[in-house]
Formats: sequence, C-alpha cells, structure tokens
Amino acid sequence: MAVELGHFALVLALALSIVQATVPLVGARVKSYQLMRVGETVAIAGFLLILVSFTTLVHGYIVSDFSILNVWENSHSAKPMLFKITGTWGNHEGSMLLWVMILAFFAAMVAVFGRNLPPSLRANVIAVQGMVAVAFLLFILFTSNPFTRIIPAPIEGKDLNPLLQDIGLAIHPPLLYLGYVGFSISFSFAVAALIEGRIDAAWARWVRPWTLLAWAFLTGGIAMGSYWAYYELGWGGFWFWDPVENASFLPWLAGTALLHSAIVMEKRSALKIWTVLLAILTFSLSLMGTFLVRSGVLTSVHAFATDPARGVFILIILLLFIGGSLALFGLRASSLTSGGLFHPISREGALVLNNLILSTCTATVLIGTLYPLLIEALTGEKISVGAPFFNLTFIPLVVPLLLAVPFGPLLAWKRGDLLGAAQRLQFAFGAVLVVMIGTYFFSDKTSTAAALGLGLGFWLIFGALTDIAFKAGVGKNSLSVVFSRLKGLPLSVFGTAFAHAGIGLTVIGLVSVTTLQIERIVLMKPNDVVEAGGYTLKFSGVTPFKGPNFTEDQARFDLTGPDGRRLGEIAAAKRLYPARGMPTTEAGIRTFGLSQLYVSIGEATPNGLVVHAWWKPRVTLIWIGALVMMFGGGLSLCDRRLRVGAPTRRKTAVEAEA
Amino acid sequence: MRSILLALVLFCTMLGQAGAVVSPDEVLDDPALEARARALSANLRCMVCQNQSIDDSDAELARDLRVLVRERLVAGDTDEQVINYLTARYGEFVLLRPQFNSRNLILWGTPVLVLLVGGAFAFTAYRKRAGKRAIEQLSPEEEAALQKVLESKE
Repeated sequence: MAVELGHFALVLALALSIVQATVPLVGARVKSYQLMRVGETVAIAGFLLILVSFTTLVHGYIVSDFSILNVWENSHSAKPMLFKITGTWGNHEGSMLLWVMILAFFAAMVAVFGRNLPPSLRANVIAVQGMVAVAFLLFILFTSNPFTRIIPAPIEGKDLNPLLQDIGLAIHPPLLYLGYVGFSISFSFAVAALIEGRIDAAWARWVRPWTLLAWAFLTGGIAMGSYWAYYELGWGGFWFWDPVENASFLPWLAGTALLHSAIVMEKRSALKIWTVLLAILTFSLSLMGTFLVRSGVLTSVHAFATDPARGVFILIILLLFIGGSLALFGLRASSLTSGGLFHPISREGALVLNNLILSTCTATVLIGTLYPLLIEALTGEKISVGAPFFNLTFIPLVVPLLLAVPFGPLLAWKRGDLLGAAQRLQFAFGAVLVVMIGTYFFSDKTSTAAALGLGLGFWLIFGALTDIAFKAGVGKNSLSVVFSRLKGLPLSVFGTAFAHAGIGLTVIGLVSVTTLQIERIVLMKPNDVVEAGGYTLKFSGVTPFKGPNFTEDQARFDLTGPDGRRLGEIAAAKRLYPARGMPTTEAGIRTFGLSQLYVSIGEATPNGLVVHAWWKPRVTLIWIGALVMMFGGGLSLCDRRLRVGAPTRRKTAVEAEA
Repeated sequence: MRSILLALVLFCTMLGQAGAVVSPDEVLDDPALEARARALSANLRCMVCQNQSIDDSDAELARDLRVLVRERLVAGDTDEQVINYLTARYGEFVLLRPQFNSRNLILWGTPVLVLLVGGAFAFTAYRKRAGKRAIEQLSPEEEAALQKVLESKE
C-alpha cells in the first residue's frame, strides 16, 4: 500500500474537516436541518480517511519500507512484529497522526451516537470538533509529515529507541490519547453551549458520559505509563513529577473536577458557568500538554528557540483555541442563568469543596511545571522544580480532600446533615483505627507516617462501603430487603463507590512502598547472598543471551522464600541494542501477592557486581487502584441514566422536522 | 507522552553506565550520616539529566555529587551547609526544591492564593444566593396564612 495514498487521504480529510468546521455552524445559525446534517456525514467520512492514512503508515512499518523517512528513522527489519506496529506512534509524526485520528474518532462517535441530541447542539459540537481537527491536520501536513520519502531508500532502518520496544508502547499512548483527546468533546460541548447561549441540565447529562469515558481512559493511560516506567527504567520509581507526566496529570486533575461539577449541574442546575469553564480549561490543559511535549520547550527555552517551526505552530493553535474559547466564555457566560440554591453543608457543598481543592492542585502542578520555563524566558537563569516541591505542596492539599471524600456521598442534596453522616461513618472510623494501631504495633513501630497513611487509604475504602451499606439500608432492614435494595441501586452509585475505593487502594500502595520499602545495595560475587523482605537471593552468575535485535548479560539469582522454600530463579539484565549502540537495564521482578521483589544490576567491578534489590510491599495496589477507578467509571457509564444516546427530549420533534 | 520522558532519560543512561545507582563503595559506614546523605541527594538535581535527582541517576556527574555530599557530611557540615556549598558552586539549578525567597513568590504563593481566592469566591457566591433566598422565604404572617389553608383542607 503506497503511503502516497495515505498522504492523499490526509489532505482529503483536511478538506472535509474544513467543511465540518463551517457548514454545520452556518446550518445551526440559519436553522437549516440539511446543512446541519452535513456535519455528521463529513465527521464520519473524515475519520475513515484518517484511518486509511494511519493504516498506510502502519503498513509501511510492517513491511519495513525504509523509503519512508519516518519508518527509516524509527524501525528496523529485525524488530519483532509487535514493536514494528507500535513503533508507528513511538515518534513525533506518528503520534500526532494517532492524536488527530482519535480526535476524528470522537467527532464520528458524536455523529453516530448523538442522534438524540438537539440538532443545533449536535451541529455546533461537531463543528467545533472540526475546527480542532483542521488546526492539527494543518500542523501535521506542514510541520510533521510522516509520509516524506527518501531517495535512494536505505537498506536498513535506524531502529526504535530500545526503551520503547515494550508492550507498554502498545497500550500506554493509545489509552492516554483516548483520555487526553477525549476531553475535546467536553470542550466542544462547552463552546457549542456558549455559541447557542443556552445550557440546561440535559446538557450536563450529555456531557457527563463523554467526560467519564475520557477520564477513565486517561486514568488507565497514566497508570499504565507509571507501571511501564517502573519496570523499564530500572530504579523502581513509579512517579517522577516530570513535566511530561504533569502534562498528562493536569487534564486528569481538571477532568476529575469537571466530572464532579457536572453532577451538581445535572442534578441541581447549579454551577453551570463553572462547569462550562472547567470543560474549556480541561481541554486547554490537554492542548498545553501537547505543546509542552511536542515543541521541545521542556528541554530548554533555547532549544525551542533554535527550531521553532513546530513549537510556534502549536503555540498559535493553543492561543487560538484557549483564547477564543475564553473570550467567548467572557462574552456569553453571563447569559447562562444559574439555579439550585444549596446550603454549604450539602452534597453540592461537598462537591464545591472537591472542585476548590482539585483546582488548587491543578494550579499548583501547573505553576510548578511552567515556572522554570518562565524564569528562564524572563531572566535567563535556570532553576529546577522537582519532586520535593510537588510533594511539599501537593500532598498537604490532597490529604484533606481525601479525608472529606467519604462524607460527600452520604450528605443529602440542598441541605445535608454532617453529624448524621459522621454517625454513619463511625464503623468505618473504628475499622480505620484498628488498621492504624495494627500497622503501628505489628508492622513498623518507627513509622507513624505508615500508620497514618494506611489509615487514610482504608478510610476511603471503608467510606465507600459505608455509602453502599447506608443506601441499601443495612442494619435497618432484613437481609432480603437489603439484597433487593442493593439490586435496585443505580449502577452509578456503585461506580462512585468503586472509584473512591480505588483511590484508597492507590493510597495504600503509595504509602506502603514509600514508607515500608526495604532497599539493599550490595556488591556480589557468585554464591553471595542478599536478603530483602524475608526473601533470599543467591547470585549464581552472569550468562550472555542473544535476543532478536539485542544482546544481554543476564545476572541470575536463586530465590528462596521466608519459609526456606526454593522459588526458582530471578534474572536481571543489562541489554545492548547494537543498531543504536544503546544500553538498557532490564529489572528482574517477581510478584508475591500484592508485593514485589525488584532486582536491578549495575556495574561489574573487580569486587563483584553491583546489585540493587528492593522489597516493595503492596506496590501493585498503586496500579490496581487505578484499574478499580477505571472500572468504577465504566460502571457509571453503564448506568441507564448516563448511557450514551439514552432516550431524551425532543426526539419526536426532530423526526417531524426531518 | 511517556515515550518522550523515556527518550530523555536515555540521555542520562547513555552518559553513565546503565543500571542501579548508589554503588556500595559510596555508602558511608555511619548509618545516620548515610541516611542524611540519601535524604539530601533526593533533593539535588543531576544537572545533566532530565529532572532526576542525583540519588536516582547513574550519570558520572551524579556520582561525583553524591561523593561530594558525603565528603562534606563526613567533614562535619550541617545539611544546610551542604546545600549552601552546592548552591554556591552550581547555582540554584541544582536544587530540586526552589528556595523560599521573594523571587520565587509566584511559585510558592500560587497554591495559597488560588485556594484563598477560590474559597472567598465560593463563599461570596453562597452569601449572595443566601441573601436572595431570604427574600424568597415566607414571612411569619404568610406562613400562618398558609398553615391555615393547609389545616382547612384536612
């Protein structure tokens, strides 16, 4: 399949996007149903064209067509097939094509599943989505074309960055982009509402599922990326507060706030203006993340200045969309009427607190990420803002929020009973006390942080259980009544409980591994022994091994459990990829229950091999928690009330019009 | 996105030997001093790396700095003296946690400012609404009249 076909399809997609960005908008303006309908057809066709374009590039990678510059730069004929395919988006051009394909995918989804939306709202949403697509298609075609050929074609490719030759690349970027770019739908809905100057509870009901979908994908994407870095980078870290990570974490924080404020808007018609603003800000943060990562500005402001073509282009897109949408917001926001009075102690009040703290968290991470760039641009000085800053500011902000989480779902709308909620939580509180005392006396008496932190994690889990128990009337009704009430509860109630308990699991994982981890650094010769967390590693020596496109030296260890039972071998390796002459470390990881033994090797010195072994208690809960959060999001999505395309008003009117 | 992080980290990996960090020959005999050295190292940047502390990095420079921190500690420096020594030598870039000073006011002030302004905004919005509601509520006379109507219905 010639990539020229893909190139051509992409240009066609651009043409269609221009139609998509204009015709439905005009249609909504002049109330022409025919013009509005154009948007749907064009959105679906545009997505299919980008899909064709993407497929031809993937095909180029599969057949190792090194006459394509992008394939030559990032692939190698000896690479395993999976990594040939995933290598398509393991580089700038390919990943931007994936980005824009997912953008078009969401527009097509609205076209297919949004049949019950009021026609003018649907038309405007699709048009705004089209505008974003136009901008990014222009970006790809003018500054980041993946279809450029080289003549004559080289015989062998330069290979993909070895760190990316991992199953992680197959899962992490697509999930992350589905989340990142998925927020474009919330953005388009917000802008469409501002264009129409009208917004109601039904609007929130349509926006929520899309936000929830994007949020669930982003949660999974971030967690997957974290696990990938954990096992691939070889020093056992799982979160580095790196600007690139922050770029994906910022939309997650804002998106989480949006998810919660949309509930208030849907149920109580309050916080309308704020919800629209959050929807705009969330996608703006996604765009800003794209700018930060894609422009090279992160390495240095000067690196950006020397090759500004891409950076300036994305910066213009950024200013256009953020500035434009905020200007529209400034003009129109006052026309959105707000209703729904509430007392500070109420479900709404709790959700406002959630939004206040999450917004502060977002602002904190944002300033921490941008500050070094700001200082460098203004004064030329270089300073660093790293993990210690974020830990010092972010943790004190987020702990009170997590403490408050179990109260939220137990408070009534409009006016809640804080004392009543506290009484309902007394069992949860008692259980948490037991956990804390138990941790202190039986696990580690030196670490009060561990006891308090684990208490917080369990507080979230027991709090979530309390909410379900209360709603099912446990203690007030007989078992059969409780059971039938449980069955009758809306799925979104379980979704909330799972998501909140998921954070609890993640907190337990984070706290366990940061406070109770055991670390050993030793020099080992064959038959030397090191012990971590009760497990004994006996070094049996180094053996060479040859993979398809790498060679490695494997250090092998015989593993013995705390009970003296032999548990086989664990191998850690140092790998060399000759195509790029690049060394990597492959950690040896063995999972026991929720905990992991993590072994990584360093230099071979005359006194022996440097071996780094960690016992990481309950570390897997960090990512299991995220999966549980995703599952909660999925449950909520399956709720009848929120299901995409659930029957809504005005359907008959639309059909009559058609 | 992660791909870029990994690519940047590679830069570091290529400079040093890939593998575990803090080799055993660096470790101090005094566990208290070693613990202080590790804590300090986590706050100091490996300056040739992308956002890595010298504790996490296996680059040559990170190793030199780790040894330097330990030398200063053995010589009897306090934590603060070590930090000052390194800042004087390498500039503020070496600190992963920027100093509390007037220049960094925006950085440290933003979280507090956003929290306060946001809180104040939410509070005034509530007060404004609560004021409106007071008007919407029935006066005692109206309340009594309503009660009368309700009772007559029963």
